[in-house]
Amino acid sequence: MMAVSMTHFLTVAAILFTIGIFGIFLNRKNLIVILMSIELMLLAVNINFVTFSAFLGDLMGQVFTMLVLTVAAAEAAIGLAIVVVYYRAHRSIAVEDINELKG
Amino acid sequence: MIAATLAFYLFAAFATIGALNVIFQRNPVHSVLWLIFTFFNAAGLFVLLGAEFVAMILVVVYVGAVAVLFLFVVMMLDINITVVREGFLKYLPVGLGIGGILLVELITVFTSWAISDEADALRIAPTPDMADVSNTEALGNILYTDFAYLFQAAGIILLVAMIGSIVLTHRTRSGVRKQVIAQQNARTPADTLEIVKVESGKGLS
Repeated sequence: MMAVSMTHFLTVAAILFTIGIFGIFLNRKNLIVILMSIELMLLAVNINFVTFSAFLGDLMGQVFTMLVLTVAAAEAAIGLAIVVVYYRAHRSIAVEDINELKG
Repeated sequence: MIAATLAFYLFAAFATIGALNVIFQRNPVHSVLWLIFTFFNAAGLFVLLGAEFVAMILVVVYVGAVAVLFLFVVMMLDINITVVREGFLKYLPVGLGIGGILLVELITVFTSWAISDEADALRIAPTPDMADVSNTEALGNILYTDFAYLFQAAGIILLVAMIGSIVLTHRTRSGVRKQVIAQQNARTPADTLEIVKVESGKGLS
């Protein structure tokens, strides 16, 4: 049915996941870009789920993808709400400034 | 067949380019726009895999809701773009190191992957023949029956997230005149009315 093998899709997912991790390490100044990197990593996970679902012939993977989407949307909403509240209090969202829990 | 292969490489390349731009753009607004681009291409990959419903949900949920939410927040906060790149070189080596190791590991695992013979027997929800039902119909058939509890749990998660973000960002402002219906209903004639007996010819002093 498909000329492209499972490995191709999994490799794309691995690359996207790595870029997401890379983004978390690189952006020390902007919390929102870190949230976007997390979204990229969740997308990579979704690609993995759908790939296995398609090649194994099991719909469970796609059900799981929808649940991951739900959690990702909830996480983005709450994460951005926290960012907004933090910005109101401190006028900055640089990651290096957010160290009040250090003790 | 050749078209599917071509489409795969197109979507994969664009998704990778989009993801790289998300993390390397100076301006967070541009990052969000590249994120939308990446999601569109990932939706294309999903369509290639035969998961149309998930692809459409990805476009609707991510592009329509999450990315717009990001865009709103980025534009609401006044972020100084010039200082955003500071410390870039400091974290580049450790980022490259960890990212590279992870990528090599993941690709090693995925390229040596083999599906076992028992995998077919272990499927929880085998995909029905796509000639009979569409992908959306097949998903609906199992989502609302076998996995109804999961579906409800997803709803609860969204409800909690909604209440949480409202509670977090809600501000009570002082000095705003608002209608308080309970106070209005609690008013009695004794609180507000005073009966004064006016003697004739004198008037109220």
